[in-house]
Amino acid sequence: MLAPDSVGRTFAGADSISITQSEIDAFAAVIGETDTSVAPPTFTIRISLDQFQSILTKPEIGLDWSRLVHGDQKFEIFAPIKAGDSVRCSATIESYRVAAGNEIVSVRSDLHRGEDLVISSWSTLVVRA
Amino acid sequence: MISVGTALPEKIVYLDRALLKAYADASGDQNPIHQSEEFALSVGLPNVIAHGMLTMALVGKYVTDWSGGSASVKEFGARFIKPVIVPAGEKVDLTINATVIEVNGAEIKVDLVATSAGVKVLGMAKAVVIKI
Repeated sequence: MLAPDSVGRTFAGADSISITQSEIDAFAAVIGETDTSVAPPTFTIRISLDQFQSILTKPEIGLDWSRLVHGDQKFEIFAPIKAGDSVRCSATIESYRVAAGNEIVSVRSDLHRGEDLVISSWSTLVVRA
Repeated sequence: MISVGTALPEKIVYLDRALLKAYADASGDQNPIHQSEEFALSVGLPNVIAHGMLTMALVGKYVTDWSGGSASVKEFGARFIKPVIVPAGEKVDLTINATVIEVNGAEIKVDLVATSAGVKVLGMAKAVVIKI
């Protein structure tokens, strides 16, 4: 059960995250992309999901990550990510509801490079009953 | 000439357990439902399933092959409505089609359809690209 007062809260990421060429290369290789001058459009999910996990499993928020499935995902990309970028990620819990015993959490991730918002993404995460 | 109704060519990609392991390592998502049959069955799944985000990444590659590379995508979203089931020792298909549904200046919106073993696996799958 998610703590009710956590809905609407935004959590700043602790530190900036450096994007390496080898991380982009590994992700691109899985999908057969040979141009690794920019990251594939869904590459930043690894950053966002990491941060969602660290926030949502805090004791005061209390989501059970082990029963989690991904319901939907959306990206808005204002500028692609490249190797050498340093990004900061903030996460916002946008909504929470329970349906048929399943907990449904909508979270937004905003990735900034310097002052610029480069990627916003929305994830619906479902903790199965 | 691209206009509303233009169909993109169909593409079939194949997933196997090795690809799921490679995606787990590349994405950091080591959830055992994507690697261990025993674990997947223990939580009520029919078998090992692909990461929804792997399916989405492969559909993204399909779009960017058409639109001109990774930098061409402005928006990309999908619902994960059914799992892609990946039994041991098998290659399972991911069959992808798309149709142009909006053209706004340089921006093109496509509706994406992805099936595996004849079952639709993504819902509301759409991308907005600037074709390069």
